[in-house]
Amino acid sequence: MNALDIRNVSHSFGSVPVLRDVSLVVPEGRFAVLLGPNGAGKTTLFSLVSRLYHARTGSITVFGHDVRRQPAQALAAMGVLFQANTLDLDLTVIENLRYHAALHGLSRREAGRRAGIMLERLGVAAHRTRLVRGLSGGERRRVEIARALLHAPRLLLFDEPTVGLDPVARQDILTHVRDLCASDGLTVFWSTHLLDEIAPDDRIFVLEKGALVRSGEGADVGFVPEAVP
Amino acid sequence: MSAAYSRAFAGILRREGLRMVRQRGRLLSALVRPLVWLAIFAAGFRAVLGLSPTPPYQTYILYETYIVPGLAGMMLLFHGMQSSLSMVYDREMGSMRLLLTSPLPRWFLLSARLLASVLVVLPVVYLFFLAARFWNVRPPVLGYVAVLPALILAGATLGAFGLFISSLIRQLENFAGVMNFVIFPVFFASTALYPLWRLEDASHWLALVAAANPFSHAVELIRFALYLRFDALSCAVVLGALAVFMAAAVIGYDPGRGFWGRREA
Repeated sequence: MNALDIRNVSHSFGSVPVLRDVSLVVPEGRFAVLLGPNGAGKTTLFSLVSRLYHARTGSITVFGHDVRRQPAQALAAMGVLFQANTLDLDLTVIENLRYHAALHGLSRREAGRRAGIMLERLGVAAHRTRLVRGLSGGERRRVEIARALLHAPRLLLFDEPTVGLDPVARQDILTHVRDLCASDGLTVFWSTHLLDEIAPDDRIFVLEKGALVRSGEGADVGFVPEAVP
Repeated sequence: MSAAYSRAFAGILRREGLRMVRQRGRLLSALVRPLVWLAIFAAGFRAVLGLSPTPPYQTYILYETYIVPGLAGMMLLFHGMQSSLSMVYDREMGSMRLLLTSPLPRWFLLSARLLASVLVVLPVVYLFFLAARFWNVRPPVLGYVAVLPALILAGATLGAFGLFISSLIRQLENFAGVMNFVIFPVFFASTALYPLWRLEDASHWLALVAAANPFSHAVELIRFALYLRFDALSCAVVLGALAVFMAAAVIGYDPGRGFWGRREA
Protein backbone atom coordinates (compact mmCIF):
# COMPACT_ATOMS: atom_id res chain seq x y z
CA MET A 1 0.00 0.00 0.00
CA ASN A 2 1.13 3.54 -0.68
CA ALA A 3 1.60 5.68 2.41
CA LEU A 4 1.34 8.90 0.43
CA ASP A 5 -0.08 9.38 -3.03
CA ILE A 6 0.03 12.88 -4.54
CA ARG A 7 -1.49 13.25 -8.00
CA ASN A 8 -1.40 16.29 -10.28
CA VAL A 9 -1.30 18.83 -7.45
CA SER A 10 -0.87 22.47 -8.38
CA HIS A 11 -1.10 25.44 -6.04
CA SER A 12 -0.65 29.16 -6.26
CA PHE A 13 -0.72 32.14 -3.91
CA GLY A 14 -2.75 34.74 -5.74
CA SER A 15 -1.34 34.83 -9.23
CA VAL A 16 2.01 33.33 -8.19
CA PRO A 17 2.22 29.60 -8.97
CA VAL A 18 4.06 27.69 -6.26
CA LEU A 19 3.48 24.07 -7.25
CA ARG A 20 2.98 22.84 -10.81
CA ASP A 21 1.35 19.50 -11.47
CA VAL A 22 3.26 17.56 -8.81
CA SER A 23 2.69 13.80 -8.68
CA LEU A 24 4.59 11.41 -6.44
CA VAL A 25 4.08 8.18 -4.53
CA VAL A 26 5.75 7.11 -1.29
CA PRO A 27 5.38 3.37 -0.62
CA GLU A 28 4.73 2.20 2.94
CA GLY A 29 7.82 1.73 5.08
CA ARG A 30 10.13 3.81 2.91
CA PHE A 31 12.30 6.77 3.82
CA ALA A 32 11.56 9.32 1.11
CA VAL A 33 13.36 12.62 0.67
CA LEU A 34 11.88 15.72 -0.94
CA LEU A 35 14.93 17.62 -2.07
CA GLY A 36 14.98 21.17 -3.32
CA PRO A 37 16.40 24.61 -2.73
CA ASN A 38 14.67 27.23 -0.60
CA GLY A 39 11.57 28.51 -2.35
CA ALA A 40 11.09 25.31 -4.38
CA GLY A 41 7.66 24.71 -2.82
CA LYS A 42 8.55 22.02 -0.27
CA THR A 43 6.78 23.68 2.66
CA THR A 44 3.72 24.42 0.52
CA LEU A 45 3.53 20.76 -0.50
CA PHE A 46 3.80 19.73 3.18
CA SER A 47 1.09 22.24 4.07
CA LEU A 48 -1.21 20.73 1.45
CA VAL A 49 -0.56 17.19 2.68
CA SER A 50 -1.16 18.20 6.31
CA ARG A 51 -4.32 20.10 5.25
CA LEU A 52 -3.19 23.53 6.31
CA TYR A 53 -4.15 24.49 2.76
CA HIS A 54 -6.52 22.82 0.36
CA ALA A 55 -5.07 21.57 -2.89
CA ARG A 56 -7.03 23.44 -5.55
CA THR A 57 -6.27 20.84 -8.18
CA GLY A 58 -5.31 17.18 -8.01
CA SER A 59 -5.64 14.81 -5.07
CA ILE A 60 -3.65 13.74 -2.01
CA THR A 61 -4.27 10.46 -0.19
CA VAL A 62 -2.64 9.13 2.96
CA PHE A 63 -2.94 5.34 3.31
CA GLY A 64 -5.89 5.52 0.93
CA HIS A 65 -7.66 8.35 2.79
CA ASP A 66 -8.28 11.47 0.74
CA VAL A 67 -6.95 14.43 2.73
CA ARG A 68 -9.83 16.63 1.62
CA ARG A 69 -12.71 14.18 1.95
CA GLN A 70 -11.49 12.13 4.93
CA PRO A 71 -9.24 14.58 6.79
CA ALA A 72 -9.74 12.95 10.21
CA GLN A 73 -8.45 9.54 9.07
CA ALA A 74 -5.66 11.05 6.98
CA LEU A 75 -4.45 13.39 9.75
CA ALA A 76 -4.67 10.69 12.42
CA ALA A 77 -2.30 8.55 10.34
CA MET A 78 0.39 11.21 10.08
CA GLY A 79 2.81 12.81 12.49
CA VAL A 80 3.95 16.23 11.37
CA LEU A 81 7.08 18.15 12.22
CA PHE A 82 7.14 21.65 10.80
CA GLN A 83 10.15 23.67 9.81
CA ALA A 84 9.38 26.30 12.45
CA ASN A 85 9.31 25.39 16.13
CA THR A 86 5.74 24.61 17.16
CA LEU A 87 6.34 23.89 20.84
CA ASP A 88 4.74 26.20 23.37
CA LEU A 89 7.67 27.89 25.09
CA ASP A 90 5.66 28.67 28.24
CA LEU A 91 4.80 25.03 28.84
CA THR A 92 7.02 22.20 30.04
CA VAL A 93 8.02 19.32 27.79
CA ILE A 94 5.44 16.96 29.25
CA GLU A 95 2.70 19.63 29.10
CA ASN A 96 3.43 20.15 25.40
CA LEU A 97 3.18 16.43 24.75
CA ARG A 98 -0.03 16.12 26.77
CA TYR A 99 -1.56 18.98 24.77
CA HIS A 100 -0.74 17.23 21.50
CA ALA A 101 -2.07 13.93 22.85
CA ALA A 102 -5.33 15.62 23.85
CA LEU A 103 -5.73 17.03 20.33
CA HIS A 104 -5.49 13.45 19.10
CA GLY A 105 -8.06 12.19 21.60
CA LEU A 106 -5.69 10.28 23.88
CA SER A 107 -6.58 9.99 27.57
CA ARG A 108 -4.32 11.73 30.08
CA ARG A 109 -3.06 8.40 31.43
CA GLU A 110 -2.29 7.00 27.98
CA ALA A 111 -0.64 10.29 26.99
CA GLY A 112 1.62 10.13 30.06
CA ARG A 113 2.56 6.51 29.34
CA ARG A 114 3.37 7.11 25.67
CA ALA A 115 5.15 10.38 26.39
CA GLY A 116 7.43 8.59 28.86
CA ILE A 117 8.34 5.98 26.25
CA MET A 118 8.91 8.48 23.44
CA LEU A 119 10.94 10.92 25.51
CA GLU A 120 13.09 8.01 26.65
CA ARG A 121 13.61 6.83 23.06
CA LEU A 122 14.59 10.31 21.91
CA GLY A 123 16.93 10.78 24.86
CA VAL A 124 15.13 13.76 26.40
CA ALA A 125 13.33 12.09 29.31
CA ALA A 126 15.46 14.05 31.77
CA HIS A 127 13.93 17.29 30.47
CA ARG A 128 10.36 16.14 31.06
CA THR A 129 9.45 18.86 33.55
CA ARG A 130 11.59 21.66 32.12
CA LEU A 131 10.08 24.64 30.33
CA VAL A 132 10.69 24.37 26.59
CA ARG A 133 12.08 27.91 26.63
CA GLY A 134 15.16 26.58 28.45
CA LEU A 135 15.98 23.80 25.96
CA SER A 136 18.57 23.95 23.18
CA GLY A 137 17.54 23.81 19.51
CA GLY A 138 18.51 20.14 19.22
CA GLU A 139 16.62 19.20 22.39
CA ARG A 140 13.53 21.04 21.16
CA ARG A 141 13.68 19.13 17.88
CA ARG A 142 13.88 15.82 19.74
CA VAL A 143 10.89 16.79 21.85
CA GLU A 144 9.00 17.67 18.67
CA ILE A 145 9.84 14.29 17.16
CA ALA A 146 8.68 12.57 20.36
CA ARG A 147 5.48 14.58 20.12
CA ALA A 148 4.95 13.70 16.45
CA LEU A 149 5.21 10.01 17.35
CA LEU A 150 2.87 10.21 20.34
CA HIS A 151 -0.36 9.22 18.61
CA ALA A 152 1.32 6.28 16.82
CA PRO A 153 1.23 7.65 13.27
CA ARG A 154 2.26 5.50 10.30
CA LEU A 155 3.56 8.36 8.16
CA LEU A 156 5.97 11.00 9.42
CA LEU A 157 6.06 14.31 7.55
CA PHE A 158 9.22 16.16 8.48
CA ASP A 159 9.67 19.57 6.87
CA GLU A 160 13.35 20.55 7.01
CA PRO A 161 13.68 19.26 10.58
CA THR A 162 17.41 19.94 10.81
CA VAL A 163 17.32 23.61 9.85
CA GLY A 164 19.23 25.75 12.33
CA LEU A 165 20.93 22.82 14.07
CA ASP A 166 24.66 22.30 14.37
CA PRO A 167 26.15 19.36 12.37
CA VAL A 168 26.30 17.02 15.38
CA ALA A 169 22.67 17.63 16.39
CA ARG A 170 21.64 17.36 12.72
CA GLN A 171 23.29 13.95 12.27
CA ASP A 172 21.92 12.84 15.61
CA ILE A 173 18.32 13.68 14.66
CA LEU A 174 18.69 12.02 11.26
CA THR A 175 20.08 8.84 12.79
CA HIS A 176 17.27 8.71 15.33
CA VAL A 177 14.58 9.07 12.67
CA ARG A 178 16.20 6.48 10.37
CA ASP A 179 16.38 4.04 13.28
CA LEU A 180 12.71 4.63 14.07
CA CYS A 181 11.79 4.11 10.45
CA ALA A 182 13.70 0.81 10.39
CA SER A 183 12.59 -0.52 13.79
CA ASP A 184 8.90 0.48 13.67
CA GLY A 185 8.30 0.20 9.92
CA LEU A 186 7.28 3.85 9.72
CA THR A 187 7.13 5.76 6.46
CA VAL A 188 9.07 9.01 6.49
CA PHE A 189 8.66 11.90 4.06
CA TRP A 190 11.59 14.17 4.81
CA SER A 191 12.21 17.48 3.09
CA THR A 192 15.62 19.08 2.93
CA HIS A 193 17.95 21.13 0.79
CA LEU A 194 21.01 19.37 2.22
CA LEU A 195 22.51 16.63 0.06
CA ASP A 196 24.35 14.94 2.90
CA GLU A 197 21.04 13.92 4.48
CA ILE A 198 20.37 11.49 1.62
CA ALA A 199 21.18 7.77 1.85
CA PRO A 200 21.62 5.51 -1.22
CA ASP A 201 18.47 3.49 -0.55
CA ASP A 202 16.20 6.50 0.00
CA ARG A 203 13.43 7.33 -2.41
CA ILE A 204 14.28 10.78 -3.79
CA PHE A 205 12.04 13.47 -5.27
CA VAL A 206 13.70 16.62 -6.55
CA LEU A 207 11.54 19.74 -6.57
CA GLU A 208 12.61 22.88 -8.43
CA LYS A 209 10.51 26.01 -8.88
CA GLY A 210 7.40 24.11 -7.91
CA ALA A 211 7.86 21.25 -10.36
CA LEU A 212 9.09 17.72 -9.76
CA VAL A 213 12.14 17.47 -12.01
CA ARG A 214 13.54 14.08 -11.03
CA SER A 215 12.64 11.07 -8.89
CA GLY A 216 13.88 7.58 -8.17
CA GLU A 217 16.02 5.54 -5.81
CA GLY A 218 18.92 7.42 -4.28
CA ALA A 219 21.45 5.15 -5.93
CA ASP A 220 19.70 4.96 -9.31
CA VAL A 221 18.52 8.47 -9.85
CA GLY A 222 21.88 9.53 -11.22
CA PHE A 223 21.93 12.22 -8.64
CA VAL A 224 24.87 14.57 -8.62
CA PRO A 225 25.20 17.28 -5.99
CA GLU A 226 25.51 20.00 -8.65
CA ALA A 227 22.02 19.19 -9.91
CA VAL A 228 20.36 21.16 -7.14
CA PRO A 229 21.53 24.65 -6.30
CA MET B 1 -15.75 9.88 19.28
CA SER B 2 -17.27 12.22 21.89
CA ALA B 3 -14.45 11.20 24.25
CA ALA B 4 -11.96 12.52 21.68
CA TYR B 5 -13.80 15.84 21.57
CA SER B 6 -13.99 16.20 25.34
CA ARG B 7 -10.31 15.24 25.76
CA ALA B 8 -9.30 17.74 23.11
CA PHE B 9 -11.33 20.46 24.81
CA ALA B 10 -9.85 19.57 28.21
CA GLY B 11 -6.36 19.75 26.68
CA ILE B 12 -7.00 23.13 25.08
CA LEU B 13 -8.53 24.47 28.31
CA ARG B 14 -5.57 23.23 30.35
CA ARG B 15 -3.12 24.87 27.95
CA GLU B 16 -4.97 28.19 28.04
CA GLY B 17 -5.11 28.06 31.84
CA LEU B 18 -1.41 27.29 32.18
CA ARG B 19 -0.47 30.07 29.78
CA MET B 20 -2.69 32.54 31.63
CA VAL B 21 -1.20 31.64 35.01
CA ARG B 22 2.39 31.68 33.74
CA GLN B 23 2.04 35.02 31.95
CA ARG B 24 1.69 36.91 35.22
CA GLY B 25 1.99 40.34 33.63
CA ARG B 26 -1.01 39.59 31.43
CA LEU B 27 -2.99 38.30 34.40
CA LEU B 28 -2.14 41.33 36.51
CA SER B 29 -2.87 43.88 33.78
CA ALA B 30 -6.23 42.20 33.08
CA LEU B 31 -7.20 42.99 36.68
CA VAL B 32 -5.44 46.30 37.17
CA ARG B 33 -6.75 47.96 33.96
CA PRO B 34 -10.44 48.07 35.01
CA LEU B 35 -9.50 48.96 38.59
CA VAL B 36 -7.60 52.00 37.32
CA TRP B 37 -10.69 53.05 35.37
CA LEU B 38 -12.86 52.51 38.42
CA ALA B 39 -10.56 54.26 40.87
CA ILE B 40 -9.45 57.22 38.75
CA PHE B 41 -11.69 57.73 35.73
CA ALA B 42 -14.93 57.03 37.59
CA ALA B 43 -13.87 59.18 40.57
CA GLY B 44 -13.49 62.18 38.29
CA PHE B 45 -16.72 61.62 36.43
CA ARG B 46 -18.94 60.92 39.40
CA ALA B 47 -18.82 64.61 40.31
CA VAL B 48 -19.95 65.82 36.90
CA LEU B 49 -22.13 63.01 35.68
CA GLY B 50 -25.44 62.43 37.41
CA LEU B 51 -27.31 59.31 36.40
CA SER B 52 -31.07 59.21 36.62
CA PRO B 53 -32.80 55.86 37.17
CA THR B 54 -32.34 53.84 33.99
CA PRO B 55 -33.19 50.13 33.70
CA PRO B 56 -32.05 47.87 35.25
CA TYR B 57 -31.39 50.37 38.06
CA GLN B 58 -34.44 51.41 40.09
CA THR B 59 -32.90 54.37 41.93
CA TYR B 60 -30.31 57.05 41.33
CA ILE B 61 -26.89 55.43 41.17
CA LEU B 62 -23.31 56.52 41.47
CA TYR B 63 -21.22 56.54 38.32
CA GLU B 64 -19.08 53.69 39.72
CA THR B 65 -22.15 51.50 39.83
CA TYR B 66 -22.95 52.32 36.22
CA ILE B 67 -19.46 51.76 34.91
CA VAL B 68 -18.70 48.36 36.52
CA PRO B 69 -20.60 46.20 33.96
CA GLY B 70 -18.99 48.25 31.19
CA LEU B 71 -15.56 47.59 32.65
CA ALA B 72 -16.36 43.87 32.90
CA GLY B 73 -17.23 44.08 29.19
CA MET B 74 -13.95 45.91 28.59
CA MET B 75 -12.07 43.08 30.32
CA LEU B 76 -13.73 40.57 28.00
CA LEU B 77 -13.09 42.75 24.95
CA PHE B 78 -9.42 43.26 25.75
CA HIS B 79 -8.99 39.61 26.65
CA GLY B 80 -10.64 38.61 23.36
CA MET B 81 -8.23 40.87 21.49
CA GLN B 82 -5.27 39.61 23.53
CA SER B 83 -6.35 36.11 22.70
CA SER B 84 -6.54 36.98 19.02
CA LEU B 85 -3.09 38.54 19.30
CA SER B 86 -1.83 35.26 20.70
CA MET B 87 -3.51 33.48 17.76
CA VAL B 88 -1.54 35.67 15.35
CA TYR B 89 1.59 35.05 17.42
CA ASP B 90 0.91 31.29 17.41
CA ARG B 91 0.41 31.42 13.68
CA GLU B 92 3.64 33.32 13.11
CA MET B 93 5.52 31.11 15.54
CA GLY B 94 4.02 27.98 14.05
CA SER B 95 2.18 26.50 17.04
CA MET B 96 -1.16 27.26 15.38
CA ARG B 97 -0.25 24.64 12.78
CA LEU B 98 -0.24 22.01 15.49
CA LEU B 99 -3.81 22.85 16.43
CA LEU B 100 -5.01 22.95 12.83
CA THR B 101 -3.44 19.61 11.87
CA SER B 102 -5.31 17.78 14.60
CA PRO B 103 -7.78 15.24 13.13
CA LEU B 104 -10.74 17.05 14.72
CA PRO B 105 -12.84 19.45 12.62
CA ARG B 106 -11.51 22.98 12.39
CA TRP B 107 -14.78 24.58 13.55
CA PHE B 108 -14.55 22.50 16.73
CA LEU B 109 -10.90 23.39 17.35
CA LEU B 110 -11.58 27.11 16.91
CA SER B 111 -14.71 26.97 19.08
CA ALA B 112 -12.86 25.03 21.79
CA ARG B 113 -10.02 27.55 21.73
CA LEU B 114 -12.55 30.35 21.99
CA LEU B 115 -14.53 28.85 24.87
CA ALA B 116 -11.35 27.90 26.76
CA SER B 117 -10.10 31.45 26.38
CA VAL B 118 -13.34 32.82 27.87
CA LEU B 119 -13.38 30.35 30.76
CA VAL B 120 -9.86 31.22 31.90
CA VAL B 121 -10.64 34.94 32.18
CA LEU B 122 -13.84 34.50 34.20
CA PRO B 123 -12.07 34.19 37.60
CA VAL B 124 -10.35 37.52 36.88
CA VAL B 125 -13.69 39.18 36.09
CA TYR B 126 -15.12 37.85 39.36
CA LEU B 127 -12.07 39.18 41.21
CA PHE B 128 -12.87 42.56 39.69
CA PHE B 129 -16.51 42.32 40.82
CA LEU B 130 -15.22 41.48 44.29
CA ALA B 131 -12.83 44.45 44.27
CA ALA B 132 -15.64 46.73 43.06
CA ARG B 133 -17.45 46.10 46.35
CA PHE B 134 -14.85 48.36 47.96
CA TRP B 135 -16.33 51.16 45.83
CA ASN B 136 -19.78 50.23 47.14
CA VAL B 137 -20.81 48.56 43.89
CA ARG B 138 -22.85 45.79 45.46
CA PRO B 139 -25.32 44.07 43.19
CA PRO B 140 -27.55 41.33 44.65
CA VAL B 141 -25.58 38.22 45.60
CA LEU B 142 -27.63 36.11 43.19
CA GLY B 143 -26.64 38.58 40.47
CA TYR B 144 -23.12 37.15 40.58
CA VAL B 145 -24.59 33.77 39.62
CA ALA B 146 -27.01 35.16 37.06
CA VAL B 147 -24.26 37.11 35.32
CA LEU B 148 -22.19 33.98 34.61
CA PRO B 149 -24.02 32.91 31.41
CA ALA B 150 -24.06 36.54 30.28
CA LEU B 151 -20.29 36.78 30.77
CA ILE B 152 -19.72 33.52 28.87
CA LEU B 153 -21.96 34.61 26.00
CA ALA B 154 -20.50 38.12 25.83
CA GLY B 155 -16.96 36.75 26.16
CA ALA B 156 -17.54 34.21 23.40
CA THR B 157 -18.91 36.89 21.07
CA LEU B 158 -16.03 39.29 21.71
CA GLY B 159 -13.57 36.40 21.45
CA ALA B 160 -15.13 35.34 18.12
CA PHE B 161 -14.74 38.94 16.98
CA GLY B 162 -11.05 38.74 17.94
CA LEU B 163 -10.72 35.38 16.22
CA PHE B 164 -12.15 36.83 13.03
CA ILE B 165 -9.82 39.84 13.27
CA SER B 166 -6.85 37.49 13.80
CA SER B 167 -7.72 35.64 10.59
CA LEU B 168 -7.42 38.96 8.72
CA ILE B 169 -4.14 40.14 10.23
CA ARG B 170 -1.17 39.12 8.20
CA GLN B 171 1.60 40.10 10.59
CA LEU B 172 2.00 40.61 14.32
CA GLU B 173 3.19 44.17 13.70
CA ASN B 174 -0.23 45.11 12.34
CA PHE B 175 -1.86 44.51 15.69
CA ALA B 176 -1.22 48.03 17.02
CA GLY B 177 -3.39 49.30 14.17
CA VAL B 178 -6.15 46.97 15.24
CA MET B 179 -5.95 48.33 18.78
CA ASN B 180 -6.33 51.90 17.53
CA PHE B 181 -8.87 51.42 14.80
CA VAL B 182 -10.99 48.56 16.15
CA ILE B 183 -10.87 48.15 19.91
CA PHE B 184 -10.98 51.78 21.01
CA PRO B 185 -13.87 52.80 18.71
CA VAL B 186 -15.78 49.67 19.72
CA PHE B 187 -15.25 50.46 23.39
CA PHE B 188 -15.85 54.22 23.37
CA ALA B 189 -18.82 54.19 20.98
CA SER B 190 -20.81 51.99 23.32
CA THR B 191 -22.86 52.16 26.48
CA ALA B 192 -19.93 50.93 28.58
CA LEU B 193 -19.04 54.40 29.88
CA TYR B 194 -22.20 56.45 29.31
CA PRO B 195 -25.85 55.54 29.02
CA LEU B 196 -27.50 55.89 25.64
CA TRP B 197 -29.49 58.98 26.63
CA ARG B 198 -26.27 60.75 27.60
CA LEU B 199 -24.76 59.94 24.22
CA GLU B 200 -27.98 61.17 22.58
CA ASP B 201 -27.48 64.51 24.36
CA ALA B 202 -24.00 64.76 22.91
CA SER B 203 -24.57 63.47 19.39
CA HIS B 204 -27.49 61.77 17.72
CA TRP B 205 -25.17 59.90 15.35
CA LEU B 206 -22.95 58.67 18.15
CA ALA B 207 -26.04 57.39 19.98
CA LEU B 208 -27.15 55.55 16.84
CA VAL B 209 -23.73 53.93 16.47
CA ALA B 210 -23.69 52.95 20.14
CA ALA B 211 -27.20 51.50 19.87
CA ALA B 212 -26.11 49.35 16.94
CA ASN B 213 -22.75 48.37 18.45
CA PRO B 214 -22.85 44.69 19.53
CA PHE B 215 -20.43 45.56 22.34
CA SER B 216 -23.12 47.85 23.84
CA HIS B 217 -25.49 44.90 23.87
CA ALA B 218 -22.85 42.67 25.44
CA VAL B 219 -22.43 45.27 28.21
CA GLU B 220 -26.20 45.66 28.69
CA LEU B 221 -26.61 41.87 28.85
CA ILE B 222 -24.05 41.80 31.67
CA ARG B 223 -25.57 44.86 33.38
CA PHE B 224 -29.10 43.47 33.38
CA ALA B 225 -28.00 39.97 34.47
CA LEU B 226 -25.97 41.41 37.33
CA TYR B 227 -29.17 43.00 38.64
CA LEU B 228 -31.25 39.87 38.02
CA ARG B 229 -32.94 41.18 34.88
CA PHE B 230 -32.95 39.75 31.38
CA ASP B 231 -32.53 41.97 28.34
CA ALA B 232 -33.99 39.95 25.46
CA LEU B 233 -32.94 42.41 22.75
CA SER B 234 -29.31 42.46 23.91
CA CYS B 235 -29.29 38.69 24.20
CA ALA B 236 -30.58 38.33 20.63
CA VAL B 237 -28.07 40.83 19.25
CA VAL B 238 -25.16 39.18 21.09
CA LEU B 239 -26.22 35.71 19.90
CA GLY B 240 -26.55 36.97 16.34
CA ALA B 241 -23.15 38.66 16.49
CA LEU B 242 -21.62 35.46 17.88
CA ALA B 243 -23.02 33.46 14.94
CA VAL B 244 -21.76 36.00 12.39
CA PHE B 245 -18.27 36.44 13.88
CA MET B 246 -17.79 32.71 14.44
CA ALA B 247 -18.86 31.87 10.90
CA ALA B 248 -16.50 34.55 9.56
CA ALA B 249 -13.65 33.21 11.72
CA VAL B 250 -14.22 29.62 10.57
CA ILE B 251 -14.20 30.81 6.95
CA GLY B 252 -11.09 32.89 7.72
CA TYR B 253 -9.27 29.80 8.97
CA ASP B 254 -10.67 27.46 6.33
CA PRO B 255 -7.79 25.92 4.36
CA GLY B 256 -9.59 26.33 1.05
CA ARG B 257 -11.80 29.37 1.23
CA GLY B 258 -10.36 31.72 3.77
CA PHE B 259 -7.63 34.23 4.19
CA TRP B 260 -5.51 31.48 5.79
CA GLY B 261 -5.65 29.52 2.55
CA ARG B 262 -4.32 32.43 0.55
CA ARG B 263 -1.37 33.02 2.83
CA GLU B 264 2.14 32.13 1.88
CA ALA B 265 3.76 29.23 3.65
